[in-house]
Amino acid sequence: MTFSFDLLFEAILFGILLGGFYAAVSLGLSVSFGLLDIPNVAHPAVLLLGAYGAFSLGQYGVDPIVAGLLLMPVFFIAGALFYKTYYLVFERRGDAAAVNGLAFFFGVVFIIEVGLVIWYGVDQQSATAAYIGGSLELGDIRLPYRLLAAFSVALVMALALSLYLSKTFYGRAIKAVGQDEGALRLMGVDPVKVKQLAFGIATGVNALAGAVLLILAPIEPTMDRIYIGRTFCVVVLAGLGSMSGTLAAGLILGIAESIVLMFLGASWAPAVAFGLLMVMLGFRPQGLFGR
Amino acid sequence: MRFWLSCAAISIGAVFLAFSGANNYLFFAGFVVLQSIVLASAWNILGGYAGYVNFGVPAFIGAGAYAALMMHLAFAAPLLLQIAVAGIITGLIGFLVGLLTVRLRGIFFSIATVALVFIFETLVMNTPFLGGATGMQLTRPESGGLFPSYMRMLVVVMTGLAILAVATARYVQESHIGRGLRAVRDSEEAAECSGVPTLKLKLLACALSGALLGAAGAPLPMYLSYIEPASTFNLLYAVSALAMPIIGGMSHWIGPVIGAIILASLQQIVTVTISSELNVLVVGLLLVVFVVAAPEGIVGLVKRWKSSSK
Amino acid sequence: MEILLKVNQISKHFGGFTALNGVSLELKRGERLGLIGPNGSGKTTLINCISGALVNESGQILFRGQSIANLPAYRRTRLGIARSFQIPRPFRSMTVLENLLVPLSYVGGLTGKEANRRAEEILSGMGLAVKMHQGCSQLSQVELRKLELARAMAADPQLLISDEAMAGLAGTEIDEVLAILHTLNQKGITIIMIEHIMQAVMSFSERVVCLDAGQIICEGTPAEVVADPYVQRAYLGD
Repeated sequence: MTFSFDLLFEAILFGILLGGFYAAVSLGLSVSFGLLDIPNVAHPAVLLLGAYGAFSLGQYGVDPIVAGLLLMPVFFIAGALFYKTYYLVFERRGDAAAVNGLAFFFGVVFIIEVGLVIWYGVDQQSATAAYIGGSLELGDIRLPYRLLAAFSVALVMALALSLYLSKTFYGRAIKAVGQDEGALRLMGVDPVKVKQLAFGIATGVNALAGAVLLILAPIEPTMDRIYIGRTFCVVVLAGLGSMSGTLAAGLILGIAESIVLMFLGASWAPAVAFGLLMVMLGFRPQGLFGR
Repeated sequence: MRFWLSCAAISIGAVFLAFSGANNYLFFAGFVVLQSIVLASAWNILGGYAGYVNFGVPAFIGAGAYAALMMHLAFAAPLLLQIAVAGIITGLIGFLVGLLTVRLRGIFFSIATVALVFIFETLVMNTPFLGGATGMQLTRPESGGLFPSYMRMLVVVMTGLAILAVATARYVQESHIGRGLRAVRDSEEAAECSGVPTLKLKLLACALSGALLGAAGAPLPMYLSYIEPASTFNLLYAVSALAMPIIGGMSHWIGPVIGAIILASLQQIVTVTISSELNVLVVGLLLVVFVVAAPEGIVGLVKRWKSSSK
Repeated sequence: MEILLKVNQISKHFGGFTALNGVSLELKRGERLGLIGPNGSGKTTLINCISGALVNESGQILFRGQSIANLPAYRRTRLGIARSFQIPRPFRSMTVLENLLVPLSYVGGLTGKEANRRAEEILSGMGLAVKMHQGCSQLSQVELRKLELARAMAADPQLLISDEAMAGLAGTEIDEVLAILHTLNQKGITIIMIEHIMQAVMSFSERVVCLDAGQIICEGTPAEVVADPYVQRAYLGD
């Protein structure tokens, strides 16, 4: 692939749109892992569940984004309940159970992935909607509508979550609970309920993010693995607990992947997320904007 | 002493069996059970004793298998040399992954092992010499050396590997290395202040675990008579390597052995009747059930039952 | 009198926050030093830099004449620096006795019967021998604190840093721990004591150092330090 500035510009533009999407799918993880320290490796698997959920609803003619919105409350409740269970089983038992907590989440990943294979099969599935297929033409550059749709939804989600966390009482409680449970208790707020709320939000956000994933590309059950790389890369790059950092980190990853995709080909693009993650962990584990 | 006598008895038993008229299927199944014992014991050295969850066992198995394949294709190396080289390479890989991640939280080690699976699978698929994405057929040698067939020889070798793995786990557990690892797992800061070289111990566990995992994968090409990335780097190895020690019990070296024998035998019996995906689902569910309800595994349940019936 | 520990102008920052700002300290062998200061003044950070849990950004630390600032914590322990933790960190998967076997083997190289004997000896000296084979979850607060000290002792230290070992304990319990520290000092162990319980610090220490906002604001005998106006202001405000 010969290098040209036009191609580079196109790659960067693509990367920005893709990056916004990566930020959106990582938002939930920023909350559950970044703020609450829960080893939630199942986050991408739940993302995939959201995507498949939107797909199934799509079989009944429901638009993917609408499907995502419909699924959000369901996922929220499921997430809150799931956290309560996790808390009762693991966090109360003490630090000897750290391996068990991690093994538990990986077990959930296995179950979800294989469950999806059994229910939907290994083939790729896609969604249909008015904005999928077809592109916006800016001069020589063609920006697919689905990418623009994904980016727009992603941006709205990121903004909404950011505002919620910084402007509302419970939002700020969520930001605080990871650092100082005692202070919250003194204010009469139950830290466990706050964490339940947070995990519920993280899971609910995943539903919409999953729908966006479905819009963006065909899905298949093993995708959760590459997204473990991408979401953790974004969260670590951002610095744990930084919401605005998540957006910036997503953009960085998106642009990096896009450039690699353009000039080195598709087989190398997945390696970017893992590679970037490893580099960050090796040299600056606190991330770019971390606390 | 009792331990070594049992090992000797098992070895002699294996050799006798190899010369007996027993059904060939027994050897195919036996290989899998023995390999599972190695995998579970190796996983537990790092997972149970040090507290680091290796989620990318297929990467190590695959690296071992393909390293052995490379030795076979390039140097016509005998099986034992293949295994040794595979073990050294994967031991080094384990050490390097550890070097990169064990100073951080445990979850990052786990994610690094996921990354490894990706990286290796991609590497293999782009290397035609090793068969690439389509894989490669191999002819199993006719002769098994001293043994009636190559397959029977493989099983005897695997028995030796299983004994090596279990003996290593037992040594680590009962020596001060084991206590040091437990101290690191309980409170790394307090361990350092008690003179424990936490980083060195963790890296040792990473290297040992990685080496044994790779050694377990090395005989795979010969066992299957073919090799291809999809089935080598597959999910079942990842789930099983996790489930067997957890079900058996992570605190004692006998736990992974128990878990391996139960799970591997179960799978051998059941694979005929149900699909491999359902297999993974069942193992995954068992894993979650045990982690939630019986985190000490069967070993823990037996301990509790023993102390309550006193 | 030999200078056991020499801390020279060490600084430590956390992001934008300066925890230690050019702190210097000298400790003679056999001394009993009290380290006081309001919360957040940098006492634990200083201890962490000495023990190796943290690495200081500038300055030197010399222990027995040897520069130790680049050594990992476990090497410093093997050289003779031991510490207890403010919030006890026992090895929960092990019995009380086994907790001591860790430093006994990793610092002292003792194994088997010899190690067990030495562990029992230390535990008896603290009144913990009765609970030797019990798990750590069965220990009371004061027993946990004693275990912290016992484990530090098992590392055969020349310098023992006691980080708020008496926090939250009741009257007689405080006396128990103080007595243990005195006994250890009589055996020749140099002790740095961080405490908020003024009575304990003043009665135990030969010399007291007061930290505030990462700097030493006063140094002297207990009586001198207590009377110092800067110290009073640091604790009580203006």
